[in-house]
Amino acid sequence: MHPLLAIESSQSILLLGNEAIARGALEAGVAFATAYPGTPSSEIALQFFQISRESDLYFEYSANEKVALEMAAGAAMCGLRAMTSMKHVGLNVAADALMTLAYTGVNGALVLVVADDPFMFSSQNEQDTRWYGKLSGLPILEPSTVAEAKEMTLSAFDLSESLKLPVLLRTTTRINHASGMVTMGPLRERIVKGAFEKDPMSYVCIPAVSRELHPKLLDKMGRAAAMADESPWNRIEGDGRWGIVCNGVSYGYVSDAIHELGAADRFKVLRVGFSHPFPEILTHWFLEGCEKVLVAEEGEPYLQEAVRNCAHRNGMMLPIHGKGEGLFSRLYEFDPTTVKRVISSYFHLPFTASASIRTDDLPEVPARPPNLCPGCPHRAAYAAVREVFGDEAIYPTDIGCYTLGLLPPLRMGDFLIAMGAGIGTAGGFARATGRKVVAFIGDSTFFHSGLSPLASAVYNNHDFMVVILDNGTTGMTGHQPHPGVDLRHLNLERAPVSIEAAVKGLGVENLLTVNPFKYRKTVAAVRELARHPGVSVLIARAPCPLYERTLPHYRKRRPFRVNAAKCRGHKVCLSKLACPAFFAAEGQVGIDPDRCTGCALCAQLCPENAIMPARDKEAAR
Amino acid sequence: MKTLRIMIVAVGGQGNILAARILGEAAAAVGITPRMSEFHGMAQRGGVVESMVLLGEGRAYCIPDGEADILLGFEPSETIRAAKKCGAHSVIITNTAPQPPFTVATGQSRYPDIDAALAKLAGRVKRLIALDATSLAARAGSPLSLNMVMLGALAGSGATHLPPEKLRDAIQAKTKAAHTGANLAAFELGANTGAQM
Repeated sequence: MHPLLAIESSQSILLLGNEAIARGALEAGVAFATAYPGTPSSEIALQFFQISRESDLYFEYSANEKVALEMAAGAAMCGLRAMTSMKHVGLNVAADALMTLAYTGVNGALVLVVADDPFMFSSQNEQDTRWYGKLSGLPILEPSTVAEAKEMTLSAFDLSESLKLPVLLRTTTRINHASGMVTMGPLRERIVKGAFEKDPMSYVCIPAVSRELHPKLLDKMGRAAAMADESPWNRIEGDGRWGIVCNGVSYGYVSDAIHELGAADRFKVLRVGFSHPFPEILTHWFLEGCEKVLVAEEGEPYLQEAVRNCAHRNGMMLPIHGKGEGLFSRLYEFDPTTVKRVISSYFHLPFTASASIRTDDLPEVPARPPNLCPGCPHRAAYAAVREVFGDEAIYPTDIGCYTLGLLPPLRMGDFLIAMGAGIGTAGGFARATGRKVVAFIGDSTFFHSGLSPLASAVYNNHDFMVVILDNGTTGMTGHQPHPGVDLRHLNLERAPVSIEAAVKGLGVENLLTVNPFKYRKTVAAVRELARHPGVSVLIARAPCPLYERTLPHYRKRRPFRVNAAKCRGHKVCLSKLACPAFFAAEGQVGIDPDRCTGCALCAQLCPENAIMPARDKEAAR
Repeated sequence: MKTLRIMIVAVGGQGNILAARILGEAAAAVGITPRMSEFHGMAQRGGVVESMVLLGEGRAYCIPDGEADILLGFEPSETIRAAKKCGAHSVIITNTAPQPPFTVATGQSRYPDIDAALAKLAGRVKRLIALDATSLAARAGSPLSLNMVMLGALAGSGATHLPPEKLRDAIQAKTKAAHTGANLAAFELGANTGAQM
């Protein structure tokens, strides 16, 4: 049985934040879960995927976050308890549905886990999801610990059901990817069959209906605000005259800091865990008796603005600060020292940071830039396109492992903003410059956001090439399936959607499919497509080597080796491909047989034909 | 109990996250509350993997500069990169066998002189234990048991109060049965070496 189903109530165990959230949902009786993967949220969906295979919980990886939310919304409209999880930028994709779903509300419960990524450990921006609370009118809960992540998830379902509104559970990487002790509660029964009662005048958001629904939402927000004031997730600790308002992981840093500064009795801390609607009455009560207030929150000054508004409304003049010079930054993650330093300087407490040992005279350590894996088919596709167009073409790229193609020597990536935007921007680059444009997109990203920009480009007579890098999985986030993936080896009947058929169906006439490891054929295919004006598509199809190893019938290929007698040291292999299986020792290029996957790409580029398959690993050494 | 802060740095594939998990489980087994966080954005693609393990009182999940009580480095250049996490009170336990980044292999960057750097570090922290954990892992029967050698060295060093038998239990519970023998052998080799240094 899956460990999250097997652990008994009242047991305490060490869980990852994302596991704790999944357990919280199970304790709430979640019956319907959906997701599009995205760091740092992906492990939540992984638990549901596994659990759905041994229980009546429904789970699916949807094509994108908007579809995932809509699926969950449909189920929640029928009275089920539903959850969808995504990374912060995923909510941008789902936002269109969310804004009006706030008007209709839901009949069961719907919890959206949205994982922010301050410092952008693996994201393209560090937007702060709390603004979506204001934008949509929906409640937001924010845990400060892993244990709380579980409890809040459970509570979010109850909140959603009582308000009949979707609820956002907003986390940050330091919660999703933190681990801590969590005490299990009982698992509620899953109700997997729902019913839908037609009520178009409440659910079909034509203007006349929406004009009735918006005031209903405002009314629900009023009720939610009263709940926020009473919520155990918003609490005041201490009774000093110096106030600190904080949320999320900042609460832990604040709590540790005031104790370590030896001044805990001089402080009063308001921890805001139910942050939208903002707990106005509680905050007013908190501000009474405070001399001055510091707001400690990562990201945007959401709490700071709310606390200042509250003070203003109540005619209070005390200083309230958070973001600003010498105080907290809107940038990146906090750490305990930063928080302690700002508290000590704002409240004039003596503080010396822990002294690090001297490190300025230590040798410089080379960076470890992430790299496309040995045997990655994207490297092969990039090398072939570069062979044809070099630096002449503009290369809009997209979100996935293949973004790493921007690094030298491949240097295939000139613009990157959002899922699907490689194809979307390509027409703009081509029209504005008249230059050759080649857009790259992965298979999962293509199904996520690539279809509509492609249709638009065909219809509007644009002139660019799209290379769909089809490695048969969602590589970057841990090999989740997408609509093009066959799952029969897991006994899951899914008829894979053909990328070729989709591309043709969208009106693309010039379409070729290649195995990018057949280098010359791939170069020839790129040249052939380049002869035709208009939108052309090359599908470069070969499996992700990490994913391939997990498939049945996988057979290791023999590694390759460099024949030192034939090698003339051109180093074309290194300078064009930069495969991490290569090394250079005393001027001689070699291949690490433990890392080589036997893809044979380098062997096709060597001008001396000095790279050849080894009989076995030992012969390769 | 005063908080014990253990920073683990490694290259993707060296088993950092599992090592942290075993420390956390062993702590929980003796009633010490573990808090941990991990950073593994691009682990499978050659990047750095960091784990922070905090045992005992407190609420934070991460370790600021100068405050690691123990720095466990699975790769020597990563130990050097993370040295700013240490203060004069710290214990460093590091593998000495390099795993150079790809940029070194291609001649784009140079791998540092590890011995000289470790000698400097040794004079600045309370204690530095350097061992060839890669060779010990191979001797234990599996190069993949490097993380277990390092956990053994930590146990042997006496730098934590975690009972070695609880670490052994956690290794048995959290690693695949087929590898338990090699993992425990690796742990013992590390423990013997850590105790001698």
